[in-house]
Amino acid sequence: MGLLEVDRLSVGIGRLTLLEEITFEVDRGEILGLVGESGSGKSLTALAIAGLLPLIGARVTAGAVRFDDTDLTRLDEYRLRKFRGRRIAFITQNPMTALDPLQPVGEQVDVVARLHLGLPADVARSRTIEILTQLRIPEAATIYRQYPHQLSGGMKQRVVIAMALAGEPDLIVADEPTTALDVTVQAQIIHLLTSLVRERGLALVLITHDMGVVAQCCDRVAVLYAGRLAEQQGVRSLFAAPAHPYTHALIDCIPKDGMARGSLTGIAGSVPSVAHFPSGCRFHPRCIGRQSVCEASVPAATALPGGAVACHFPLNGDARHG
Amino acid sequence: MTAYIVRRLLMLVPVFLAVSVVIFLIIHLIPGDPVDNLIKIGSGPEQRAAIVARYGLDRSLPEQYLIWLAGLLRGDLGTAIVAQRPVSTLIAQALPHSLALGGLSLLVSAGAGIVLGAVAMRYRDGPIDQAIMGGVLLGSTLPTFWLGLLMILLFSVVLGWFPVSGARTWSSLVLPVMTIGLAGTALVVRVTRIAMIEAAQKDFVLLLHAKGLSPSRIRLRHVLRHALTPVVTILALRIGWILGGAVTVEVVFARPGLGTLLIKALNQHDYPVVQACLLMLAMAVMLGTLVGDILQAAIDPRVRANLK
Repeated sequence: MGLLEVDRLSVGIGRLTLLEEITFEVDRGEILGLVGESGSGKSLTALAIAGLLPLIGARVTAGAVRFDDTDLTRLDEYRLRKFRGRRIAFITQNPMTALDPLQPVGEQVDVVARLHLGLPADVARSRTIEILTQLRIPEAATIYRQYPHQLSGGMKQRVVIAMALAGEPDLIVADEPTTALDVTVQAQIIHLLTSLVRERGLALVLITHDMGVVAQCCDRVAVLYAGRLAEQQGVRSLFAAPAHPYTHALIDCIPKDGMARGSLTGIAGSVPSVAHFPSGCRFHPRCIGRQSVCEASVPAATALPGGAVACHFPLNGDARHG
Repeated sequence: MTAYIVRRLLMLVPVFLAVSVVIFLIIHLIPGDPVDNLIKIGSGPEQRAAIVARYGLDRSLPEQYLIWLAGLLRGDLGTAIVAQRPVSTLIAQALPHSLALGGLSLLVSAGAGIVLGAVAMRYRDGPIDQAIMGGVLLGSTLPTFWLGLLMILLFSVVLGWFPVSGARTWSSLVLPVMTIGLAGTALVVRVTRIAMIEAAQKDFVLLLHAKGLSPSRIRLRHVLRHALTPVVTILALRIGWILGGAVTVEVVFARPGLGTLLIKALNQHDYPVVQACLLMLAMAVMLGTLVGDILQAAIDPRVRANLK
């Protein structure tokens, strides 16, 4: 039984269903990669886990988010706040806009410990500086007093991570934590997050569209497509033998050594918008192996060794399409 | 910060000179002159010429301007031609009334406006919001002179709570302040509400929620603070306006004030008085802008960073 179990979770806004029956779990010391193109519902899943859907006017319509045996979808806002920041921390996509520009960054970290751990101001302050130092921020005491606009993107993301760690959480949900950073800093941040998980036994849900990052650090991978789970597997078997054609296509988009110039391909077409989800398997208009049944009926999730796939014609290890 | 304020004050000097030229030219280029108000009916052209000469109105405009400016720099605003009293005395009599009325209205509209704007934002699209925004619509569309009359009718004539007019007691301030304050409040409510709604959609607010802070704390300590930037700008612009913009209300409530003084002097072409009044108003606008900019810098560290 995992620390976090997302169980057939459906999310909607008004009459639209944005996420349908998303299921995955993640345990302590484990990194789950949540991947998919823009618009596949990754960020929405993150918001659902943190109970922040009402902020964007969305709500859970079915299913459960079980965290340490508590169904978060059944908690009221007040009790949910005891989890947020304390046991479940959130790292947003863009560190440039994630911090309040009017407040010194140190105080923004302090507040988590003061709120959730009840620490007095001076203790929270020295603890913040300690965390900042652990995150390899040079001259943490100086950084503490600075405003967000005085820090670089990588530094800001470290502050955001410090904010996440300040409540001593069990689970961190990181929504594309490196997308807005330049490549060298990306690697540092990913390395930092990975070591935090390994050293502290945190669980990490890492949302990304970068399959390279997934291959580098994730233990398990859940692939989302157009609001549905396409496939879930351990990272090795997923890369060795993707079962869903979509996963296969995603992996094919990673540039490899020795590739001829111009031979890198994308996936034709784009993720359909919520209002125009295709019938049957939502990937069928872009799938090279589609057959008439794909258009007619929704594929049920079928078990794989250590995972599941939702496809009428799952690929096996060596019989790849294309 | 101090260096910045000093620099800004020094920058006011050329602006002050430019404004004084414009004011001087405007009033002197209007047809007619104060002498028309002085000469007795039936007096001849030589009497008129004598009066014109007495006030130096026969000299060239640049000469007249320099004489006025020299007096100004010595702190001498001159003598009112028609009213026959030192301009400084006239201003000293009118200014406290204007400051009391304008200052209190500004405080009322800032306080009530920010509170109501925040409440409207909190209950956005609900009945409370709609009620407040309905009031705002009334407040921003009702002409103040008419609103003033309605206030007098209700609170003075029917209820008898406050004096109908005049400026002798503090209670006579209540109705004029409410009248002017309502329009200002309406403006501030709208700006506060919109600015808060906008600020609430920023990324960092999501992260504040994710930290487990309570929504009310996020609204008051973060969202409202961001929303204050445009509100301060609006209020600063009104500082200049409240000194002279309350003419209609001053007339309705028969209160003395800078606005009334200015209008009267304009009708009589009383150059020194008009010039002094306009100069006061221009100074108020300039100082208001300065205060607004300083407040902005106090609120936002990014603005402070740009000052250096």
